[in-house]
Amino acid sequence: MSNSEWPLWEIFVRSKAGLDHKHVGSLHASDAQMAIEMARDVYTRRQEGISIWAVESKHIHATNPDEAAAFFDPMNDKVYRHPTFYDLPDELKHM
Amino acid sequence: MKTLIDYILHLADNSFINGHRLSEWCGHGPALEVDMALSNISLDELGAARSFYQYAASIEGNGKTEDSYPSFRDVREFRNVLLVELPNGNFADTMARSFYFDAFQFHFYTALQQSSDKQIAAIAEKSLKEVTYHLKFSSEWVVRLGDGTDESKQKMQTAINQFWEYTGELFSMSETEQDMLKQGIAIDVSLLKDDWEKTVADTLAEATLRYPMHIEGGWFQSGGKTGIHTEYMGFILAEVQYMQKTYPGCEW
Repeated sequence: MSNSEWPLWEIFVRSKAGLDHKHVGSLHASDAQMAIEMARDVYTRRQEGISIWAVESKHIHATNPDEAAAFFDPMNDKVYRHPTFYDLPDELKHM
Repeated sequence: MKTLIDYILHLADNSFINGHRLSEWCGHGPALEVDMALSNISLDELGAARSFYQYAASIEGNGKTEDSYPSFRDVREFRNVLLVELPNGNFADTMARSFYFDAFQFHFYTALQQSSDKQIAAIAEKSLKEVTYHLKFSSEWVVRLGDGTDESKQKMQTAINQFWEYTGELFSMSETEQDMLKQGIAIDVSLLKDDWEKTVADTLAEATLRYPMHIEGGWFQSGGKTGIHTEYMGFILAEVQYMQKTYPGCEW
């Protein structure tokens, strides 16, 4: 069985409780179970995680790079959308 | 004390030779991901072997280190079962051998946690977590290949059949084990056979494979536990021990 017959999976790993699952890479596997086990060996063998998600790559829908200008550029001069114009009282921490 | 060391070396050698065989897949796995999985399992086994070798060295003293045992003993002094020294063959062969051995180690370490020797019990407890995954990995491949295509099924059945005669030794008690059992250090491996057979039968049923009980009229190979090995063992040691025999004491 060659690699090309196995579908591609995207792997997400939660590094510790309370944090989000983060995309760490992709791998080839024949089914979801195998994908998760292989992710365990490929992406968490140095104790990188406590939880793994696997999503078959074909199920991920992405923005079109050709439309990136229309999609994202208009945001680059909207500095007023950042909540950085307030004077915070000293008592407020962690903001 | 000599018997205790002999028993610890039996445990160490099982993991060491199994780990070495699996390490031979490194760079040759059927897929990159499987390659890494086998290398990880190999490293788990070498890690368990190290723990046992270190413990043996601490008891024996005499300037022994964990490296003394794998690097400087000859074939007859190794105490691993024959099953783990058999060649990898094709991927189905390795999975069949691993499956039999992982299922054994799973039940073995589960019981060995009750050893009266605290160090051995602790290593058993740590290894059990690793072996639980090894068994999951090899079992699923047995099922995947057994319940796969006509070709994969035929290869998996052949593999399951051909290693069968090496499984009996897992459950035969050597003199060393009997001595250690009296002190509560060893466990009675003959008592593990029923659990092991159930694990194997359940997985083979799921894999739609035939249970190989009928093969060879129930006759089993044995000898590894007392140092009588197959012809493959010398070749393994030739490779493993090459550096230390060519450059004694070499380090890096």
